[in-house]
Amino acid sequence: MNSAAIASEENYLTTGWNWWSWLTTLDHKRIGILYTITITLLFGIGGAAAAMIRLDLLTPHSQLVSVETYNKLFTMHGVIMVWFFLIPSIPATLGNFLIPMMVGARDLAFPRLNLASWYLFVGGALFTIYALLAGGVDTGWTFYAPYSTTFSTSQVFAAATGVFIAGFSSILTGLNFVVTIHSMRAPGMTWFRLPLFIWAMYATSLILVLATPVLAMTLMLMGIERIFGIGVFDPALGGDPLLFQHLFWFYSHPAVYIMVVPAMGVASEIISCFCRNPIFGYRFMAYAMLAIAAFGFLVWGHHMFVSGQSAFAGTVFSLLTFLVSVPSAIKVFNWTATLYKGHVSFHAPMLYALGFVGLFTIGGLTGLFLASLGLDVQLHDSYFVVAHFHYIMVGAAVMAFFGGVHFWWPKITGRMYPEGWARFSAILTFIGFNLTFFPQFILGYLGMPRRYPVYPPEFQVWNVLSSAGASLLAFGYILPLIYLLWSLRYGERAPANPWGAKGLEWETASPPPSENFHATPVVTEEAYAYARTEAPHG
Amino acid sequence: MNSLPFFPVRASTTAGQVDNLYFAWLALSGVVALIVALLLVWFAIRYRRGSAANRAVADAAESEKKMHRIEIVWTVVPLALFLAMFVWSARVYYENVTVPKGALPIYIVAKQWMWHAEHPAGEREINELHVPLGRPVELLMTSQDVIHSLSIPDFRIKQDVLPGRYTTLWFTANRTGEYHLYCTQFCGASHSHMVGRVVVMEPAAFEGWLSAHASAPTMAARGAQRYRQLGCNGCHGAQAMVRAPKLEGLFGTPVELRDGRSVLADERFIRDAVLLPNRDVPAGYDASMPSFRGQIGEEELLEIIEYLKSLGNATQQVVP
Repeated sequence: MNSAAIASEENYLTTGWNWWSWLTTLDHKRIGILYTITITLLFGIGGAAAAMIRLDLLTPHSQLVSVETYNKLFTMHGVIMVWFFLIPSIPATLGNFLIPMMVGARDLAFPRLNLASWYLFVGGALFTIYALLAGGVDTGWTFYAPYSTTFSTSQVFAAATGVFIAGFSSILTGLNFVVTIHSMRAPGMTWFRLPLFIWAMYATSLILVLATPVLAMTLMLMGIERIFGIGVFDPALGGDPLLFQHLFWFYSHPAVYIMVVPAMGVASEIISCFCRNPIFGYRFMAYAMLAIAAFGFLVWGHHMFVSGQSAFAGTVFSLLTFLVSVPSAIKVFNWTATLYKGHVSFHAPMLYALGFVGLFTIGGLTGLFLASLGLDVQLHDSYFVVAHFHYIMVGAAVMAFFGGVHFWWPKITGRMYPEGWARFSAILTFIGFNLTFFPQFILGYLGMPRRYPVYPPEFQVWNVLSSAGASLLAFGYILPLIYLLWSLRYGERAPANPWGAKGLEWETASPPPSENFHATPVVTEEAYAYARTEAPHG
Repeated sequence: MNSLPFFPVRASTTAGQVDNLYFAWLALSGVVALIVALLLVWFAIRYRRGSAANRAVADAAESEKKMHRIEIVWTVVPLALFLAMFVWSARVYYENVTVPKGALPIYIVAKQWMWHAEHPAGEREINELHVPLGRPVELLMTSQDVIHSLSIPDFRIKQDVLPGRYTTLWFTANRTGEYHLYCTQFCGASHSHMVGRVVVMEPAAFEGWLSAHASAPTMAARGAQRYRQLGCNGCHGAQAMVRAPKLEGLFGTPVELRDGRSVLADERFIRDAVLLPNRDVPAGYDASMPSFRGQIGEEELLEIIEYLKSLGNATQQVVP
């Protein structure tokens, strides 16, 4: 097929252009795009809050905003970025678009439920934006009780309601994915022929379905105590504040894996494609993600080593945390080994994926510092923690998200992005990210507490470096927005398989027809069946 | 901005142990990160598309077996290293949560947004903490409102301070000087203003500092006064008509409870006995004590505890 033939063909983008056709669409691909637009807007809000935070931290005395405003800024940054960007980022956009195509199905198992999930998500986002406009929230994204339930006078309830509603979107999306992966695989697509992206989505969906209800309960209990004064968490009402932390982290630790396991899936697809090699240790990679999902439920107490939980509990949680880090280490080694005897090329998605591996490695290794009981006492609630989780949740996860967007952009839009600009952004993002967050490790060990708009002057030099890095990082994130939008009109038309990649999604046109495949594909080979010694094309 | 700080000073006996862990992890993770980075770069260059490097696989079955061996090696080696680090770091942690006997107690009440410290000798201070050099100090801490956390980075110590319960933190300062003290658990608008300084003094200077306000009553004396004001004597006193446990010598001893359990009469026990008297009723007594909830502040309660501790040396008989 040549590209002209593809362009004239009917595809999912040309089957109706009006608003109504988009707002009532049941096509997983269009819903994926609805999510992409929504979370891009929300990323803009969360990013603007981050920019204000970094600007304010340029000076030790919080000259830009009042401390109250600063508290609301970091809370909004956290709430929006965690629940309205990172959690849905890869699953709701790339996952929605790709899962049916990768398993060789026409759509997800429950298309209406999929659309309903998006509406729930938008409803939750609107509630949260209302909380922002109606005065903001100042509890931090962690909503710790009894501050959130008894003491804060800000819009805690509205923000929590927004998160509560968006949680149902998570649960239903996870459910949809699990059922689809179980029941809608094309003939010949056995479990161990599934691309690792599908394994990643499967592991993520299990977490979404099992963990999110606990968040809903926690937020509801918080609301009940706040509105009705029924004592659950506040000791003055007979409650237990540590109970809140246990419940909160029972969700929120696995939530980290909701953000990073999909990124692992994306990176696996990209690295394999641009190395022309099967992923090294495919089964180990699949099992490692399931192990991470399972063990991820047993380590929440490592957020509470200095909370007043017993030393014994701390010991058990520390041990389990070291165990969950083993599968993560295995994955890094396997990605590295995939390059061995490959035919490596350095297109923008590959640069993003290699950046992901690097940042994930640093994020993972510093996680071990925090898992160490005796050392965590010094690092807890300091900038070390801030740096660590940004390496995982932003460095690694967002790097992979951008890599995935570039990798599948030709498939999604039918257009090629400008390669030079994309490589430049990938490198700029990597440098900007490290410059922003690496100084925070040093600040953390020096003892700078997180959530401090006012800090001792000796910390200023590291904060200035960090803010300088953040401005580079901002360019790294804004540039793709510009050139990707540009490419929608001016980009070269994409062939069905511009990368010479394996996988069912590349066997159909770009952009795909509404029903994905004209005939149900039949799978006859393993995932990533790149011939190891085959000479590369292109 | 004339210096670029990398490491905090070490001002406690704990600091060195924590630093050792930190340096060990820096070395270990540095080596791992370096290996991964070097391999990535080496493979990326050697096997770049179009390079002439040999990619032939001699024997597929043999290479499969080799792959499995490699997977096992890089599963087991990190696991062993992690377990060793776990044991080491847990040992450091246990040492740092086990308060040594004979530590000098100082009582801390946190509130939005200040640190209130009270020394047994009677000295009270706000957002400052004067401590002697070379002597273990135990902070017994509680919060009057939300959760706070007391952090002294130069001592490498930190502990959350909760409403409704006591937590402890101990250290032995080994370097005189002034050090930052932070609240590290977000506690509301002025969280970043809930800071102070720790002043480590030579023991003699510390004694001098304490006695500068020698006219102030000791904490135990203030506690005794509260004790009388609240009418505790009416039941617990030697001549009381009501049958209530005698409190002399109680502190630090095990107490048999009516439901068969046995608990240690520590700070928590006394706190609960005053605020939630029906929770742990001693064996042989009725649950007739009224709760003093709402009538007594955190500071007063700590003073009463200090008073009861001071009765420890009395020769009276011990509570059954």
